[in-house]
Amino acid sequence: MPSTVEEDINIDDIDFSDLESKYAVQESDNILANYVVVDGAPIAPEAKAEMLKKVLNKLFSTIGKVKDMHMPVADGKTKGFLFVEYFKPEFADAAVKQLNGKKLDVKHRLLVNKLSDIEKYAVEGHVTDEFQEPEIPPFKETGYLRSWLQDPTGRDQFTLQMNDVVGVYWNKARQPPEACVEPRAHWTSAFVKYSPKGSFLFSIHPQGVQAWGGPDYARMKRFAHPDVRLIDFSADGKFLVSLSPSPIVLPPEDSPARASCPFGPESEGHKLVIWDLATGLPARTFPLPPQLEKEKKMIWPLVKWSYDDKYCARIGPDALAVYETETFQLVDKKIIKIEGIMDFEWAPAGVYLANSKKNEPGEHLLTYWTPEINSNQTARVAVMQIPSKEVLRTVNLFQVSDCKLHWQDQGKFLCVKVDRHTKSKKTVFTNLEFFQLEEKGIPVEKLELKDVVVNFAWEPKGERFVVICTVDMPNVSAAVPRNVVAFYGPEIQKGKINPQKKWTEFKSFDKKRSNTILWSPKGRFVAVATVLGAQSSNSEIEFFDADYDGDKKDQDAKINVNANLKLVAQHEYAGLTDLAWDPSGRYLAAWSSAWRHKIENGYRLYDLAGHLLREDLIDNFKAFEWRPRPASLLTAADRKKVRKNLKEYSAQFDELDAMEADTALRELILLRRRLLKEWTSWRQTVVEKLAELGLDQKEETDNEEIIEEIKEEILEETEEVIE
Amino acid sequence: MMRPIMLKGHERSLTQVKFNREGDLLLSVAKDRVASVWYSSNGERLGTFIGHIGTIWSIDIDPESELVVTGSADFSAKLWNARTGECVHTWSLPSPVRRVEFNATGEKFLMVTDQVMKQLGSIEVYPVNRSGPQAEEPMLTITTREGFAKATVAGWSYGGLYIIAGHADGTISKYDAKTGEFLASTKPHTETVSDLQFSPDGTYFITSSRDKTAHILDVDGLQMLKTYETDAPMNSAAITPVKDFVILGGGQDAKDVTTTSSKQGKFEARFFHKVFQDEIGRVNGHFGPLNYIAVHPQGTSYASGGEDGYVRLHHFEKSYFDFLYDVERTAQATASTQTEVN
Repeated sequence: MPSTVEEDINIDDIDFSDLESKYAVQESDNILANYVVVDGAPIAPEAKAEMLKKVLNKLFSTIGKVKDMHMPVADGKTKGFLFVEYFKPEFADAAVKQLNGKKLDVKHRLLVNKLSDIEKYAVEGHVTDEFQEPEIPPFKETGYLRSWLQDPTGRDQFTLQMNDVVGVYWNKARQPPEACVEPRAHWTSAFVKYSPKGSFLFSIHPQGVQAWGGPDYARMKRFAHPDVRLIDFSADGKFLVSLSPSPIVLPPEDSPARASCPFGPESEGHKLVIWDLATGLPARTFPLPPQLEKEKKMIWPLVKWSYDDKYCARIGPDALAVYETETFQLVDKKIIKIEGIMDFEWAPAGVYLANSKKNEPGEHLLTYWTPEINSNQTARVAVMQIPSKEVLRTVNLFQVSDCKLHWQDQGKFLCVKVDRHTKSKKTVFTNLEFFQLEEKGIPVEKLELKDVVVNFAWEPKGERFVVICTVDMPNVSAAVPRNVVAFYGPEIQKGKINPQKKWTEFKSFDKKRSNTILWSPKGRFVAVATVLGAQSSNSEIEFFDADYDGDKKDQDAKINVNANLKLVAQHEYAGLTDLAWDPSGRYLAAWSSAWRHKIENGYRLYDLAGHLLREDLIDNFKAFEWRPRPASLLTAADRKKVRKNLKEYSAQFDELDAMEADTALRELILLRRRLLKEWTSWRQTVVEKLAELGLDQKEETDNEEIIEEIKEEILEETEEVIE
Repeated sequence: MMRPIMLKGHERSLTQVKFNREGDLLLSVAKDRVASVWYSSNGERLGTFIGHIGTIWSIDIDPESELVVTGSADFSAKLWNARTGECVHTWSLPSPVRRVEFNATGEKFLMVTDQVMKQLGSIEVYPVNRSGPQAEEPMLTITTREGFAKATVAGWSYGGLYIIAGHADGTISKYDAKTGEFLASTKPHTETVSDLQFSPDGTYFITSSRDKTAHILDVDGLQMLKTYETDAPMNSAAITPVKDFVILGGGQDAKDVTTTSSKQGKFEARFFHKVFQDEIGRVNGHFGPLNYIAVHPQGTSYASGGEDGYVRLHHFEKSYFDFLYDVERTAQATASTQTEVN
């Protein structure tokens, strides 16, 4: 009978303590959370207490409605402290945050604390007096971060992003790429990006950025930056910069999330964060400059870095803020006032000025430009040294519409593309101003062009460049191609290049639509493309070799430049949206991204001579990204040796390529390898045996005699042709 | 690939051609009973050895290029002064001599005598006396063993330790060169062994046969290391120094060829890769089967003696030396990079 069962249990015997503790209303805590304790208030006579209370009430009401205020009075005086009760704990929190340290007058500074904190920390026993060693999480092995560089065949990796999936692959040229790790769905909510030296792959998430690395692309670090939109890296890859449209909000002070929040109170409201990649912690945060708050198209990057990450700088209204990255403090604790500063660029490498010591790292230089100001100051381009802030060279310019600053990658030259307008402002044309930084006094050479340069690119580690100009053709249909692709190099005078260079055009192609220039990272080869997106089927890629050694110099070429330009290949690519060379300069990837349009999405892979190796049409294909490589560790001597033995090396690669191409061939090659190995090892044992027996053939040379031979000349010779 | 020099000096089929140790001289013998010596560099004839009254089957020159030995179908072997061309000694024998060969030091030579009538074939070793009269009797006789077919070819292994013989039934046998004791045999061929030439160090040898194949065997184990297959009976096979090739020569016998087309007769020197066993190329030019192939000891040229009565001397060109399989190139590159590392 059920009723008896109930009776059997005495209700007093049941232990409810667990439930009681679980559901107990923690009244005291809740109530205490509404209170703040205020110290440091003036000690006033009782008569003035009401007055003081009024003042303080007014002050504390700025935070939220004060429910009650208790100011103890003893011996006819206030005691200098009081209790304020709010209706909600949030107000108490805010009061602590905003009013703690508030100066009431010259003599009195208020100290505002939460009553619950007094409970928490001031009551004996609640906080131990003994220091407790913080628990250091055990060191986690990350795996070798540069393991991909150890690929025996020196292949490069790339990521492919399609639909919601991101995969990392080995480039296998003509063969389908080989997945390095299982492609991952929802690996990122926006895009993925490698760090500049390829060690980490970064993914974007609503909560922040994550870094992946090691042979298995395991998660390495998280950078909590809610709603992050844009990321960028410092030049040397030590820092990550992230930007979010949402200002940083710190969790409430007593929330457990506060302890894991990487930001301090000084970062509250900031949107731009510089992270130290080594520690994973923010190095510095900035608010978004007010002039950019309403900008629809964000200028990015906002922070630019010196080549070695020693300095970074950002532009402000009429000023440039240069920080040294050890402390992220302003250099000389001052911003640099530059009226009207429009843009600036760091030299991408240490610059060796005429008086620099060659065995030391080069100088940190940056260049900036300012427009004409109130017709009493001309437009200017200046080169500044950091940290001295000394302006090394200034060039005054007139009738300037715009400037673009193009550093040569070794910092030897700076080309400033100056778009100028005529007085009537009807026509625009371009001047190129070349700063030769390694020459004494930094001579500046001007190249005046008739047309507007729409694109400019230096050859990496070279002295040549490519420009694309648009020829102004009024009254001609916009559909007519009007771009000119022109190649320039330093002029040879009397058989040599004058140290003070004069650049001259050595080849040009007109009636083009080209708008994109992409030099191979190793120079010499350059891809010039027409990237038009969906609306035109005229997109194409052209491959040029600037040092073509296949035939004699092109007759059309103006030969006073060290170059032999040849258009080696030309391909139409209707959907083309992006291009990228692999870090070795062997392959060019071109793709059609679904982020731009939905036509023929996918990618193509070309070799440097413009041979199409692969084409993959992938529905909703989004992005292709090569994994960058750190600088090679080979010395100049090593490189020379490799170049000398190139035949041997290329033979190895030819064989590997052949094996990849055909499995039957692969088996044959494997068989041959085995046969050769067996033979060689057998011969080795035989030779050893002969040596043991004293029969090796070397000794025979001892009794060799040299006989002089008189060779007679053949006067007549009949030759028979073998069929 | 190569520009041949035609040595037109013999009136009948060549039987053997041979280089001296330095490779500056080329010797040839033919069915016209004359032995010739040529400069290998330009194909000029230096002289002849006249005296045999039958086909000379075989010739050899000692390492010092002082003495030449010939074996003939006239039931004799002769020793010649290489410089003067005069006959130093004649051994009269009970049967034709098919093969002669000095040992590496030139202290003795072997001859293979044919089986005629009741006379069993044998391999005989004679000492060479450089300062006095020659011994009439052999220092060693290896008579064809019971159950064995007659020997057709024979040669000295490394250190002169062994004599290797090829037999008419395709057998290869091995003997102790001092005692003549039979050591081992194997049968890599199904038809007569037409030639047997050693590697430069004498540790392995190549045999050719009428069965259209050639094999490389090692001296120590008589193991068949490599096989080269062709589509015609093979008369000769040689191992090239420097490059890992072998050259095979042969062709259909004149009586088996219905037309005179040299193509159909397969009268070509065939180059095989020694290790990979595949054919790399052919050199044609002879109008009859190739009876013998000899390679210059420095690997710079080769000579073929043909049934057509010509010796064709081919000097290798750079492309020949440059030719490498990718596998070999890789192995070399790896080896060279490794030594550099070391």
